[in-house]
Amino acid sequence: MKETPLSNCERRFLLRAIEEKKRLDGRQTYDYRNIKISFGTDYGCCTVELGKTRVLGQVSCELVSPKLNRATEGILFFNLELSQMAAPAFEPGRQSDLLVKLNRLLERCLRNSKCIDTESLCVVAGEKVWQIRVDLHLLNHDGNIIDAASIAAIVALCHFRRPDVSVQGDEVTLYTLEERDPVPLSIHHMPICVSFAFFQQGTYLLVDPNEREERVMDGLLVIAMNKHREICTIQSSGGIMLLKDQVLRCSKIAGVKVAEITELIQKALANDQKVRKEGGKFGFAESIANQRITAFRMEKAPIDTSDVEEKAEEIISEAEPPSEVVSKPVLWTPGTAQIGEGIENSWGDLEDSEKEDEGGSDEAIILDSIKMDTGEVSNIGSQDAPIVLSDSEEEEMIILEPDKNPKKIRTQTISATQVKAPSKKPVKKRKKKRAAN
Amino acid sequence: MAEAAAVVAESLAGYRARAARAVLEQVVLPGEELLLPGQEDGEGPGSAGERPLRLNAGARSGGRVVCGPGLRRCGDRLLVTKCGRLRHKEPGSGNGGGVYWVDSQQKRYVPVKGDHVIGIVTAKSGDIFKVDVGGSEPASLSYLSFEGATKRNRPNVQVGDLIYGQFVVANKDMEPEMVCIDSCGRANGMGVIGQDGLLFKVTLGLIRRLLAPDCEILQEVGKLYPLEIVFGMNGRIWVKAKTIQQTLILANILEACEHMTADQRKQIFSRLAES
Repeated sequence: MKETPLSNCERRFLLRAIEEKKRLDGRQTYDYRNIKISFGTDYGCCTVELGKTRVLGQVSCELVSPKLNRATEGILFFNLELSQMAAPAFEPGRQSDLLVKLNRLLERCLRNSKCIDTESLCVVAGEKVWQIRVDLHLLNHDGNIIDAASIAAIVALCHFRRPDVSVQGDEVTLYTLEERDPVPLSIHHMPICVSFAFFQQGTYLLVDPNEREERVMDGLLVIAMNKHREICTIQSSGGIMLLKDQVLRCSKIAGVKVAEITELIQKALANDQKVRKEGGKFGFAESIANQRITAFRMEKAPIDTSDVEEKAEEIISEAEPPSEVVSKPVLWTPGTAQIGEGIENSWGDLEDSEKEDEGGSDEAIILDSIKMDTGEVSNIGSQDAPIVLSDSEEEEMIILEPDKNPKKIRTQTISATQVKAPSKKPVKKRKKKRAAN
Repeated sequence: MAEAAAVVAESLAGYRARAARAVLEQVVLPGEELLLPGQEDGEGPGSAGERPLRLNAGARSGGRVVCGPGLRRCGDRLLVTKCGRLRHKEPGSGNGGGVYWVDSQQKRYVPVKGDHVIGIVTAKSGDIFKVDVGGSEPASLSYLSFEGATKRNRPNVQVGDLIYGQFVVANKDMEPEMVCIDSCGRANGMGVIGQDGLLFKVTLGLIRRLLAPDCEILQEVGKLYPLEIVFGMNGRIWVKAKTIQQTLILANILEACEHMTADQRKQIFSRLAES
């Protein structure tokens, strides 16, 4: 599919806005968009969000035989993919000029700057070395792919752990993750690309151009630098003439930006490590927030709650009293009593009430409740009142507040259960009893 | 025969089609089958047979029912083609069945006949312009379909200009065709959009929300600054205010409205009105 063309009015507006030192997203000239780094559950997996630009990085390793001329060095391999998901204009399976340029720049930034100690990747000289492969996928394109990709690559490399290997004589042992903790790569420094867009033949300069700014820019300068202010790569494209002091100024800005980004990366890495160590939740599912669409939200419907209590009272008064159950308790052994027809003790119910109870020693509660139980039962027996203690919830209330008048408590509990949800528990219990009978 | 086919398809699908009335304002998924009110009563257990749905039968009790976007009529069945919430609009007058449609969230525009869209001219070839509207292929626009245009008096349109127009042909098998005049030959607001101002893209759902007759967002935006604004059904908005700063603010606010609740929006507008 073709790229959406840029209209004349957009171009004019952008250029005029840049002249007024204003940018579409409200940033200043030297501001980066928000950078967000999140890690996957596996080692060496991360996504970097630079505003709306998104890059997924994944590092993998493999034991291979080394190159003939470098027998003791591991192999580093970088691959950036521009999928159609990022922008419809990217064609799958075709090496576009942009892709070649970006891949080359990444290699120069990360491999040629020797940021990773390749000699430590050697297992047996001349026979087996580690090949580290860094796959970068562009998930969304909103300009400045190279900065996002370089951050994603270095973050993924820092986060990656390779399996441990031991060599004893001729025997090489590869340990799984369970046997031995995997080892991180040894990274000397972290080169990070910073892009500068030039407008009007170098009159105006912007850091971190977004997609539309990239379309109207005249030239681009990419500086890869580490936090020690060592330039790893510098590339100018677009064919504009840059003055010496412009390049110097850019390198100064790059130094500041790289320091900020490095700090952010280290913070993100430390944070992830801490969470992993503590056994907390990590991975994309935890760290990437999902955006909600408010357009389809259902409006909250107001519900009249002014006379809920009266209604509840009404329901209680209208409701039929529970059917009478034989109110003569059967004393099986001292301390236990049975009410009703079924031959079933109330230990299960006591356990239920225990769970809902707030802490405290279990045995004491059980004893208490049993005492209360028998006491209540004898009361009922003498008064012959229609209060039936077959409901476990009622019992529970009585246990918790033995001082209060039981009748009052009962109405309270009923009102509570009827308002919240129809209490099915007692009904079920009765059925069970019948079945047992 | 059609009835039999429908029954077979239903049993193959493994579930009964749901009644449209029952799933109003609920999420429906592509491939689901819906029953309109007229169809439901024929569906009862005691009835002799199902009556096929006639969408264009005016004499029926349900009246004339219109399927909007996201729904497709397939024989005598009504199928859902988009994922979203099923909506219904009661008919304004008469005994029609109203309109059913699916309110979905998407960014990719599919041309629909009669839609007003903003396009970008990508090429001039002979007597037609090629206009990018964000669809799968560019639309064509004849130079004669502008107000007052004749073979001698050509409209002044450059490559890269913005066009506000309307689709007259939007068929899945054909190149879409736009015009910038209505049936009376009047521009009616359509034509080339001025050289200033900013064009930006939002989701199609937001555009529909903004174009709703009683849209609060637009009224609130109007109170902020004097502005010119054009909404294209293809998700493009062109906005122009007095200064670049104001234009930028307006564009950012409209973009942000997508993920804001009404309360948050009111807060932001009141804060902006103060400053």
